[in-house]
Amino acid sequence: MAQTILKQWGSKLAIAGAIVLYLLPLLGMDFSTYMTLTIAGLAMGMMLFLVASGLSIIFGLMDVINFAHGVCFAYGAYVAFSVFKYLNAWVTADSVFLNFGIFFIAIVAAFIVVAVVGMVVERVLVRRVYGSHLFQILITFGGMVVLTELIRIIWGPNDEVMPKPVSFAGNWNIFDIIILKYPIYAIALGLIVYAVIQLILKKTKVGKIVRAGVENPEMVQAMGHNIFLIFTGVFAVGAGLAAVGGLTMAIFNLQVYPDMGGAYLIFAFIIVIIGGLGSVTGSLVGALIVGLSYNYVAYLLPSLAVGVNILIMVIILLIKPTGLFAAGK
Amino acid sequence: MSETILKTEAIHTFIGQHHILQGVSFEARADAVTVLIGRNGAGKSSTLKTVMGLLPASEGKIIFKGKEIQSRKPYDIARLGIGFVPENMGIFADLTVEENMQVAMLREDAATAERLESVLEMFTALRDFWRAKAGILSGGQKQMLAIARAIINDTALLLIDEPTKGLAPIIINALIDAINQIKQHSVVVLVEQNFYMASSVGDYFFILDDGKVVHSGAMAELVQDEEMQSKYLGISKSV
Ligand SMILES: Nc1ncnc2c1ncn2[C@@H]1O[C@H](COP(=O)(O)OP(=O)(O)O)[C@@H](O)[C@H]1O
Ligand SMILES: [Mg+2]
Repeated sequence: MAQTILKQWGSKLAIAGAIVLYLLPLLGMDFSTYMTLTIAGLAMGMMLFLVASGLSIIFGLMDVINFAHGVCFAYGAYVAFSVFKYLNAWVTADSVFLNFGIFFIAIVAAFIVVAVVGMVVERVLVRRVYGSHLFQILITFGGMVVLTELIRIIWGPNDEVMPKPVSFAGNWNIFDIIILKYPIYAIALGLIVYAVIQLILKKTKVGKIVRAGVENPEMVQAMGHNIFLIFTGVFAVGAGLAAVGGLTMAIFNLQVYPDMGGAYLIFAFIIVIIGGLGSVTGSLVGALIVGLSYNYVAYLLPSLAVGVNILIMVIILLIKPTGLFAAGK
Repeated sequence: MSETILKTEAIHTFIGQHHILQGVSFEARADAVTVLIGRNGAGKSSTLKTVMGLLPASEGKIIFKGKEIQSRKPYDIARLGIGFVPENMGIFADLTVEENMQVAMLREDAATAERLESVLEMFTALRDFWRAKAGILSGGQKQMLAIARAIINDTALLLIDEPTKGLAPIIINALIDAINQIKQHSVVVLVEQNFYMASSVGDYFFILDDGKVVHSGAMAELVQDEEMQSKYLGISKSV
């Protein structure tokens, strides 16, 4: 009896519990600070989602642990940095239209360039080590080191200031609550990307094949689909998404630096584990959990900000070892 | 003599260090249902997987419609017109029944739509659960979905691995009917331990033991030979 109730209401109870938990920080701060942190947390969550979703699908579909994924994040930021530099007039123009235009161009350029990098990484490195996690870790770690060095060669070894399009700065004042504009844009971008991914996975043939492959790649092959072509494509898209996450984060933090990928890779792995391997929705929820927790805790108890996410991961794994939204594996 | 659609010539297959298939030779005639039998671990599933290219044959030839296919990729082999129903059925549980079928369709033309109609007539449960996640289907329904997926294309040869495993007798009878229908269009090669099923649909048999074919012949002979049945199958004749 108690068990069936728990089964029926378990997910609702969990959601209610989570909401209560996420209202708790209110006890330690005033409401407008809470709102600022919440929006910053959601924005960070959305950017992390962009990194983690690719990692999760690559992990779920191909069973590949890809340490080079973080580098894609950095490359995305640097490609956008170059685009901003080249078309600086659009960045500094006091025109919402031009500012969004350059943002869009940067997204497309970063996505394409890094998707190609991802394709090369899959073909040259990962293709050789399917089936062996140890070799995957070693070879993609090696790839990460080399690609990071390449950043230093192409763009220089130093931190650079990432410009922010003029109209992305500033804020709205709603009932005395200051709401920064750019985090809202980042949240919107994340939601759009999530919707597009879902649409592709749910409505297109390729998307259905990818979801089938996450469950059983061998069967997908036996049905006549070239799984390696699908792997390459998914790897490229995953890399491209990380790139979009990277450039969004760079604008948020106003900087790019060669090692920036590694710093966020740890978050991405935590999110993938919390959300469940291969689940895009899991990545979104996991990323929001991590983004919010990080921001609240960083404000209240700065030294625990990363640790609390690892703690959340451990608790979720204890309750649900497959993560929140594991695909039917 | 009728034409042979599939023939394996002394195939050897390793899984890791283990020498699993040690020269399996069998053939499937184009006008008949061929059954592979043999006790657990004999190498029946490995034989089908090797034909599909899912396990690499280290030696020997696999000839489908006169062409050697032993070094081709599974997806190429499937596109030659070979449908495969693995032992665990390989259902995509998170996808709907409809999506499972869509993933299986290599073309979406009129002929496929026609085949879908007749498949759904044969397995009506699939129509009832069309929009439901395949994970909620019963064991028998999953088996039907797995078979439906494998014959939705222009399938010349259908490989089915132990479809009756864990199913109730009444469902086994439905599967027998289904296979008798399917064999009108596709050549069926069946791995089957349930002798009732094997003898109901099979025309020829090959018995595997320890990675080799140890006996073969017409099913009618095996039905008479109770000694051989109990030696290699350890089964009773009833369901
Ligand atoms: N992944 C594997 N690793 C090692 N041995 C395996 C593996 N799969 C099957 N085998 C072995 O190969 C032999 C044949 O297995 P299989 O083809 O599944 O037999 P059958 O289908 O006739 O029961 C068995 O001895 C089994 O233990
Ligand atoms: Mg078997």
